[in-house]
Amino acid sequence: MNVRSQISMVFHLDKCIGCHTCSIACKNIWTDRKGAEYMWWNNVETKPGTGYPTQWEDQDKYSGGWEVKDGKLRLKSTGKGRVVFNIFHNPHMPSMDDYYEPWTYDYQDLFNAPEGPDQPTARPVSMVTGELIQIKSGPNWDDDLGGSPVYAENDPNLKGLTPDQRQQLSAIERLVFFYFPRICNHCLNPACVASCPSGALYKRGEDGIVLLDQERCRAWRSCIAACPYKKVFFNWFAGKSEKCILCYPRIETGQAPACFHSCVGRIRYLGVLLYDADRIEEVAKSPDEQLVEAQRSVILDPHDPEVAAAARQNGISEAVIESARKSPVYQFVKMWKLALPPHIEYRTMPMLFYVPPMSPVMASQDGKTVNHTSDDLFHDIDQARVPMKFLANLFGAGHEGKVRYALRKQKAVRWYRRALTVGDVDMATAERMLREADCSTEEAEAIYRLTSLCTFSERFVIPPSHREQAIEMMKDPREHQSFAGFGFLTGPGRAM
Amino acid sequence: MTNTQSYFDPLLFAVLPYVVFFTFFLVTIQRYRTRTFTYSSLSSQFLENQRHFWSLVPFHYGILVVLAGHVVAFLFPRELLLFNSRPLRLYILEVSALIFGLLTVVGLTAAVVRRIREPKIRRVTSTSDWVLFALLLFQVASGVYVAVFHPWGSSWFAASVSPYLWSLVKLNPDFSTIAAMPLAVKLHIVNAYVVIGFMPFTRLVHVLVVPNPYLWRKPQVVRWYRRPGTMAASKG
Repeated sequence: MNVRSQISMVFHLDKCIGCHTCSIACKNIWTDRKGAEYMWWNNVETKPGTGYPTQWEDQDKYSGGWEVKDGKLRLKSTGKGRVVFNIFHNPHMPSMDDYYEPWTYDYQDLFNAPEGPDQPTARPVSMVTGELIQIKSGPNWDDDLGGSPVYAENDPNLKGLTPDQRQQLSAIERLVFFYFPRICNHCLNPACVASCPSGALYKRGEDGIVLLDQERCRAWRSCIAACPYKKVFFNWFAGKSEKCILCYPRIETGQAPACFHSCVGRIRYLGVLLYDADRIEEVAKSPDEQLVEAQRSVILDPHDPEVAAAARQNGISEAVIESARKSPVYQFVKMWKLALPPHIEYRTMPMLFYVPPMSPVMASQDGKTVNHTSDDLFHDIDQARVPMKFLANLFGAGHEGKVRYALRKQKAVRWYRRALTVGDVDMATAERMLREADCSTEEAEAIYRLTSLCTFSERFVIPPSHREQAIEMMKDPREHQSFAGFGFLTGPGRAM
Repeated sequence: MTNTQSYFDPLLFAVLPYVVFFTFFLVTIQRYRTRTFTYSSLSSQFLENQRHFWSLVPFHYGILVVLAGHVVAFLFPRELLLFNSRPLRLYILEVSALIFGLLTVVGLTAAVVRRIREPKIRRVTSTSDWVLFALLLFQVASGVYVAVFHPWGSSWFAASVSPYLWSLVKLNPDFSTIAAMPLAVKLHIVNAYVVIGFMPFTRLVHVLVVPNPYLWRKPQVVRWYRRPGTMAASKG
């Protein structure tokens, strides 16, 4: 057992209202720069929809992630041998057209236009070329466009849906969408790291955050093709790749990352998971239908004294083990099995988990009446507006079992709380539902608390990172102090 | 040969090479130490994907093979002359060298056209890039000219240029064999020195950081703060 700690995340999709506050918080801090205008390290997608970059989930097009070939795990886009041939031109790399060309407006026109019969307009100007452009698409161009024949109907997750289900998704008064906020998953088996010819990308040993060393990046571009979630971006001006850094300067000082901190719906949870690093390769090779369970099995119980001892032996501090015990992520992922990894079939072992959304899927229509109940209390989960198969393609590698389990438990908790507080359903039924959903009343209470009443410190359990100890090992902290800080001392210019 | 040429010959073939190599090593090392961030291929594939393939791929394969040919002739002149002693082998070698030379010219020309034609690419092209393109175009064009009009270069390079280059390495420059060369060959050599001297100031430094360790490193990279040594992983 090789215990390591990982800062992991849960996004509760049932609570996401799609306000994009997270995206703006991130944009303002990190990507409001030349060359990074088009980047959204955090973005919120509408599902069904094509996403950002367009159809990023279609790996026949982008060749991201891993595949198992002859019993071996290999990158789909590149690899040791192929890197030699792909280095001059990466065949799987998306171009700016797959995202959008950033633009601003020529606001001076509003003031300087000569007097005339028409109102002056601020015309769009490309932020790359500085010339006037016709805007073809932009960030969140498919926002809220569930049912759209251009966007929603081209969602790669519709694979395997019956024609009836597809039609229902775009039928008037039946169409549906939900939000899917995305950041870097800080994977256990990151494809970007494994693909980087320069070794610029790395995983931090202490907390598992995946970072990109700007000084070592040589713009070979492999990471952009290799990441199946398309969360490594190319700075077209600096000639370097960039990615979400999980606001590590904030995490190291005990603050939640900006997108977490600013989340209006309070959908985001962050905490430590302890895992067994020796089993990653074996687990990443599991067959599709076992992947979710296999990844869960890598996550270790921090209450187990054996695990704690092995963690201590690996240099994990007591404070980290303690915060792993309080981790909301551990509860959602491992104890309650409510949160699921996105597209685990890419085999990167993402460490960001999603609680699949229930509303607005529950009401099912029978003729002219809307049914809320039936003899089978979980009946409408399978009759929901968002087809189970769609959610399964997103969160279960195409297999519905784990997604259905998570939805049934959520529904049972709702009925239980409704019986308690509203009282219009009887407790016996609610308790039966809990039993059938594999959930005790104590667990239901805990789920309810962490979902609805969670405080700031319950959502974000950030262990102290003790950077001072790491510095003391190298040199006098007071000497280090005068050299510390973030960023470059000289501006990161382009070439010489 | 005119007198002017002989007058400049010592400067161009005995002094210039030392100046450019001194510049090359001094600036590349100093730049790597102080401005590591600028070591990048500055790829523009993200801004334009199609022409990129049709220009950059032929150029790189072409130039790599042609350069390898020069290096082989420099390192193993004797063996090369022996290999070329059979005419058929010489013909095959010359023709394939010419093909890769043409590939380089075509690729480079396409790359320049792409830079001019695509507004987005033009935006990320600096003055040093334009100078570099001009120098490189002249270099490969003069190379192809020499290959066509002064054939059997694989043999005369080994017989005449290699001894000259080795004399430079031995710090005892003897350019007598070069002095008698045609103008095109001389220009090709002098321009090569200019490219080498200019290289440390351009994006061309990316050839110095080709990612060879990738081929034998473990797939995943982990850096620890608390395990000294791993944070200060060697740059490459």
